[in-house]
Amino acid sequence: MNTLIFRTFAPLIVATMLVFSVYICLRGHNEPGGGFIGGLIAASSIAILGMASGPAVARRALRFDPLGFAGFGVFIAGLSGLMSIFNDTPFMTSIWLYLDLGETTVPFSTPMVFDIGVYFVVFGTIASIALALEDSSGDES
Amino acid sequence: MEPGQDASIALVAIGPFVAAALAPVLHRLTRPFSGWVLALVPAAIFLFLLHFIEPIAAGNAISARIGWIPAYGLDLSFFIDGLSLTFALTISGIGALIVLYAGSYLKGHPHLGRFLGFLLAFMGSMLGLVLADSMLALFMFWELTAVMSFLLIGFDHERQAARRGAIQALVITNIGGMGLLVGVILVNQLSGTWELSTWREVGDSVRGHGLYGLVLGCFLLAAFTKSAQVPFHFWLPNAMEAPTPVSAFLHSATMVQAGVYLLARTTPVLGGTTAWTVILICFGGATLLWGALGAMRQTDLKQMLAQSTVASLGLLVLLIGMGSEAAIAAAVIYFVAHALYKAGLFMVVGAIDHEAGTRDITALGGLADRMPVTFIAAALASFSMIGLPPAIGFFAKEEMYLDLVSLQWPQIAILAALLIGNALLAAVGGLVAIRPFLGALAPTPKSGHEAPVAMLAGPVVLGAAGLVTALMVDWFGRVVLAPTASAVLNKPVESHLSWAIDPASPVLWLSVATWVLAILAYRQAAAIRTLLRRLEAALGWTADTVFDAVMFGLIRFAGAVTRLLHHGRLELYLVTVFAMLALALAVPLFALGGIEALLPNAELGNWSAWLQWPELRPYEWGVIALALVGLSAILAAPNRLVAILALGVQGTAVALIFLLFGAPDLAFTQFMVEILSVVILALVMTRLRLDERDQRPFEDLLRDGTLAIVCGAGVSLLLMVVLSGTLDTRLSDFFTATSVPVAHGANVVNVILVDYRGFDTLGEISVVMAAGIAIMVLLRSRQKPAPPAAPTAPRKRRKAVV
Repeated sequence: MNTLIFRTFAPLIVATMLVFSVYICLRGHNEPGGGFIGGLIAASSIAILGMASGPAVARRALRFDPLGFAGFGVFIAGLSGLMSIFNDTPFMTSIWLYLDLGETTVPFSTPMVFDIGVYFVVFGTIASIALALEDSSGDES
Repeated sequence: MEPGQDASIALVAIGPFVAAALAPVLHRLTRPFSGWVLALVPAAIFLFLLHFIEPIAAGNAISARIGWIPAYGLDLSFFIDGLSLTFALTISGIGALIVLYAGSYLKGHPHLGRFLGFLLAFMGSMLGLVLADSMLALFMFWELTAVMSFLLIGFDHERQAARRGAIQALVITNIGGMGLLVGVILVNQLSGTWELSTWREVGDSVRGHGLYGLVLGCFLLAAFTKSAQVPFHFWLPNAMEAPTPVSAFLHSATMVQAGVYLLARTTPVLGGTTAWTVILICFGGATLLWGALGAMRQTDLKQMLAQSTVASLGLLVLLIGMGSEAAIAAAVIYFVAHALYKAGLFMVVGAIDHEAGTRDITALGGLADRMPVTFIAAALASFSMIGLPPAIGFFAKEEMYLDLVSLQWPQIAILAALLIGNALLAAVGGLVAIRPFLGALAPTPKSGHEAPVAMLAGPVVLGAAGLVTALMVDWFGRVVLAPTASAVLNKPVESHLSWAIDPASPVLWLSVATWVLAILAYRQAAAIRTLLRRLEAALGWTADTVFDAVMFGLIRFAGAVTRLLHHGRLELYLVTVFAMLALALAVPLFALGGIEALLPNAELGNWSAWLQWPELRPYEWGVIALALVGLSAILAAPNRLVAILALGVQGTAVALIFLLFGAPDLAFTQFMVEILSVVILALVMTRLRLDERDQRPFEDLLRDGTLAIVCGAGVSLLLMVVLSGTLDTRLSDFFTATSVPVAHGANVVNVILVDYRGFDTLGEISVVMAAGIAIMVLLRSRQKPAPPAAPTAPRKRRKAVV
């Protein structure tokens, strides 16, 4: 699989997939998608990068340890639930904020933050497993 | 009651824990005097509690309450009546002397600060236990005493015997702790209250209930294990592995007395029935004789005291079991007398050990010249133990015999047991406290001299206290005995203690008989010891060896279960899991008539009825064809990689079905999961260096194939059965209707995941991350595999995979 064509096209595929995964994640509240599936797509893109250019390159591209992303995800998901403290409502009661940008209104909400947390958890966990497995197959050669 | 009192009473129970937490630091700051400093805490508690003596004697009860878990109606409530005050005073008073003593006894020990902390926390647990009003708080403190005693007994944790003694005490007393919890909950169910102070009014409803036997059993198990009654007595002598200050505290006022306290406390609820009386008298009597004989058998002073504690506990249980006014009064006096003399004697033995270097009674003698103050303190304590007139022990013995002067056979049997037990205990008292000091000076490892002041204070004060309470016996009877006995019996009891001795009373002559027997036993101690040791050797086993056998049996059993269930063979785990799944699917379908919902009996013969050609659209046929292609590719795959890819085809077909029938979200996820699982499985294959081909023998293939078919068919049939009924759409209706207006989202699946059931999802993503970490750990643990025997083979294989 480690061919020139694959190596050349992999960054393009990865970039497309990453953007697509963010799109899928954000639109999830109203249309098919969401944090889980978005995270899976992003993780696959990293797995592809690892296959094409080696896990070391993929790790460098990520900048942080993939498990760190997962921890960050759990953290912000929990934090989004805690936001309801400020409204004096039970844990994880959602809060909605509509931002008026002239032509369109952009809704922000704690469920969205939560979904982004899910995205990071799935992405970080799967990517770290995939990269670890790719690492190991690289060790042997 | 003024509001500050709640807090100050709670501080009595909680303060020691705070002091315990600070103990290591305080010890470092005040190093040579840390015992003196820390002893101030229990001393202050003792003085504070002294204030309550007069109000309690006047017949009041004091209660305090602090909210704990108000949502469950649980409060940290405390309750002081005569019984708890007597115990609390003993615990804090003796506790102060013990802390002082420990500071000197373990002087220079590297972990003295920690030790003092344990000791204070132990005292706090015990104080909490006797002051608690809520039964749940009592249970909590009860378990805390077990934990703290575990730490204390095992303090010298580098010695195996200390570890064993600690574990044994913990195991035995925790069995009882579980019994206590069950008993407490049962009584709560029967009476509707957690508060001890209100239990005494509900005694009749508990005693009359059908579950009374079970409740009684639970409480007796708790009390008997804690107070070392036969057959749970053996942990107490082994707890001697603790440093001497612990033994002195454990045996006099704390842990082992908790069981006695529990029995006294529950007397108004559970006591007075035939079962109660008979069980307590039998077990108490057996423990009394067993412990007294056991004490005679020993030559180690500490072991003799330990065994005599077992006997004393038996005596107390027996007296509570008799339950008459005189018996309860005797129990109260005996408890106080025993706490005073036993703590004092343990400290004396510790001082002898400390200064002479041995505790063996056969190696000691003539210490009176070297340690005169210790000798006086020991003699005072032993007077009380023997029951001689100028000491409080005398009154305890008199009171015991008071109700037994009759000619009926149960009374005569109890009287005989008491006489023998008391005589043997008196002999032990003489052997421990008098014999080492008299006679010719025996050569000892260290040349004995007087112990330091901090170690003398305890024995002297306690010995003097035994004397003073006896001299002020009218006062003692009024402010200690009467309120305590009233609390136990739940009716007003008057004290009749006085120094007026009636020579015509048979009670006095029974006392004299006890002393005569005691003198005989004292003089023949060596002969009795030899005889008892021969008897034990002839018996061959003790409760202690039985405990070991049970524990080792438990470990072997656990090992066998582990080898059976946790064999480490992945394929067998999977076979087990899928076999269970097949069973779970097949049983409801075939045994519970599930299949009949799908296929009524009438149509069973009509094959054509269910073999009809379903009507599907062309692309639906396409999807099914794709699934069938995937299936046959799996079965025909020449190697594992192809099989994995074929599985992906199969999964894609399933995803297409989802897509066609209106679950785009699910289809989407299914696609991604399929892709990723193919990728990861392929990577795992290279990682695990699996064979390229499936090398299972035919039997295994047959077994796995059968399981696969049963599971698959089971799931399909189950789904068909479910779908043949009417679908309950209440939930989906609710979600569809409320998704947009409430959660502002049109994608119901996502709304459920992140909004309606967001808390579940939070848990799930935490699990995902934990699983990720676990997988990383597993992969890293194999990071450096042993160099493979044939390095060329895996390289070839990898080319085939990647």
